Amino acid sequence: MSFFQTLPALIQVAIAFGTVIMLGCCGEILTEKSGNLNLGIPGVMYLGGIASLTGVFFYERSTENPNGFVCILIATVCAFLAAALGGLIFSFLTTTLRANHNVTGLTLTIFGAGVANFFGGSLNKLAGGVGQISVATTSAAFRTVLFPFAGDLGVVGQLLFSHGFMVYAAILIAVAMQIFLSRSHRGLHLRAVGENPATADAAGINVSIYKYLSTCIGCGIAGLGGMYYVMDYTKGTWAHDGTIETLGWLAVALVIFTTWKPKNAIWGSYLFGMLYWMYLYIPGLSRNTQPLFKMLPYVVTIAVLIVISIHKKRENQPPASLGLPYFREER
Amino acid sequence: MSTEKKKKSGESWQMHIVKREMLSRPRAWGIRLAAIAIALVLCALLIYSITKLNPVKVYVSMFKGAFRGSLRTWNTIRDTMVLLCISLGLAPAFKMKFWNIGAEGQVLVGGIATAACMIYLGNQLPLPLLLVVMFVASCLAGAVWGLIPALFKAKWNTNETLFTLMMNYIAIQLTAYFVALWENPYGSNSVGLINPDTHGGWFPPLFGMDYLLNVILVLALTVGMYFYLRNSKQGYEIAVVGDSENTARYVGMNVKRIILRTMIISGAICGLAGCIAVAGTSHTISTEIGGGRGFTAIIVAWMSKFNAFGMIAYSFLLVFLEKGAMQIASDFGLNNETSEIMKGIILFVVLGSEFFLNYKISFRKISAKEEKNA
Repeated sequence: MSFFQTLPALIQVAIAFGTVIMLGCCGEILTEKSGNLNLGIPGVMYLGGIASLTGVFFYERSTENPNGFVCILIATVCAFLAAALGGLIFSFLTTTLRANHNVTGLTLTIFGAGVANFFGGSLNKLAGGVGQISVATTSAAFRTVLFPFAGDLGVVGQLLFSHGFMVYAAILIAVAMQIFLSRSHRGLHLRAVGENPATADAAGINVSIYKYLSTCIGCGIAGLGGMYYVMDYTKGTWAHDGTIETLGWLAVALVIFTTWKPKNAIWGSYLFGMLYWMYLYIPGLSRNTQPLFKMLPYVVTIAVLIVISIHKKRENQPPASLGLPYFREER
Repeated sequence: MSTEKKKKSGESWQMHIVKREMLSRPRAWGIRLAAIAIALVLCALLIYSITKLNPVKVYVSMFKGAFRGSLRTWNTIRDTMVLLCISLGLAPAFKMKFWNIGAEGQVLVGGIATAACMIYLGNQLPLPLLLVVMFVASCLAGAVWGLIPALFKAKWNTNETLFTLMMNYIAIQLTAYFVALWENPYGSNSVGLINPDTHGGWFPPLFGMDYLLNVILVLALTVGMYFYLRNSKQGYEIAVVGDSENTARYVGMNVKRIILRTMIISGAICGLAGCIAVAGTSHTISTEIGGGRGFTAIIVAWMSKFNAFGMIAYSFLLVFLEKGAMQIASDFGLNNETSEIMKGIILFVVLGSEFFLNYKISFRKISAKEEKNA
């Protein structure tokens, strides 16, 4: 098979993974715009994934005929809240207690992965069942093709329209966030906090509230990415293989790649999804040359990182106070 | 003045957060110990709420998991040494405020270099010479992996946190490449024990103890790092650059050179940890030899405030949790992720407690008159 024949299949998986990465990336952009460098994104995505799974697991067990819409609602609310709670821990430690961002974020990743894999592996056992968890109804609801006419549109139509609703929701979130950050008053305030909290403070902006809210909401959005992965890609079961963590780090990498602009995340995430899966679709790769292609997304990210640091174009720089704690009395 | 809180009940209080002067050492460690104690209680509550097991029993079972029998005790010590070695490597970089998140990758490339020596030279060179070659090779590999982000940081101020993070993943794939290359037996997708018969390149047992060489190496490094950071000129330069690059430049230090030099040291020690993990522990190479310890070590280095001896205690605590959690898992039929959860809780509490090391909160009653003026 030539590369072009397999291209549609590659695009399909790229869109699935890209959506996870896009949600994680948008969440992290919102967080980083407030100056909080949250390396806990993978952990937060784990939390979102497991919370949605747990929520619908109990719902599906409690009723005879689970309703698909209620399933989606419960999953989304659980994922968002659990992930936002992770963000709250991060904000409390870094903003109120002024702990170091890097260390706190990494801890959040370790913690989130631990919680998720613990419950993912033993939830069913704790609830008295056997085997793995499976939430078939919810997963089916998530994977229902949003546009029923997609099948009639040929290859291109299928690629564009034959996905669950989360694929389109993710794009909407990215667009909304771009508008919020670049066009709204609150977005301007948020950027001011991230660039120079002392100046923002002097201008009467409540720095702590902006940091807290943007981090918690950002984490909530990233948590939806974890939910999408669990419900769509692993079809409502738990896979203990660390893929969410890998995707989480790719999301953090993508933030750099997009130069902190959500609009770039829309195409960037699909590109990353393609780079991630490229090794399966390039003909003639042996098992030991595959890993060299798996490096691609990371190499590309490093290249972008280097280029933006050399070029020093103003609009491509990270928020100036990224990763620094703010204490009003410190000079 | 930072925060004001008013109670509605007539009198009002003012909360004031101020930066502390240096805390005395016993008090600082007292706060840390209290934090760990609180964290262990929180963990116990969590364990109880999930499993309804007696937490004391669980902790006893954890202790047994880590220390019952000499084999387990040695395994605990062995793993502590690898974690400690990585933490030692990170300490100078972190003290310089160079966020080397890339220890995992530096360990892996050190491991690759070691495995290469074992495979290609394992049965050719006499063991002492081979050990030296392995040490040098793994240090070099780690140093190069650390130096790449440092070069860009020094020249263009490229963000090192994200750069080193990405280098981890490149190293993981590089390891996967070499695992596929050295695969043995064919199709197993793993390297298997290297030189299982000749033990070429394996750390030799000393006085009948398999892992004594690991311990001696790492403890020597610990003492060395303690004095390097505390008493040497270079250690002082690291501290100055960490506190304020501008000050360092003003007093005529060559900041770029210090950054590069420190990252070479940091990467080399992490690479050596890879050597210890491969030649001294697992005797094989896989993408798992880092096992997330590159990340855990960041936390060890940070919590102990770069005090090399404090790192011994913290790495021991974390490895103990890991081993203990494995035991809980098998005793009570859970999976061993409990250790990750407990690690997370302990670290959160310790990180939170640092606030009380650096700041103090004072409360003050405000009279009605003062309030009007405010």
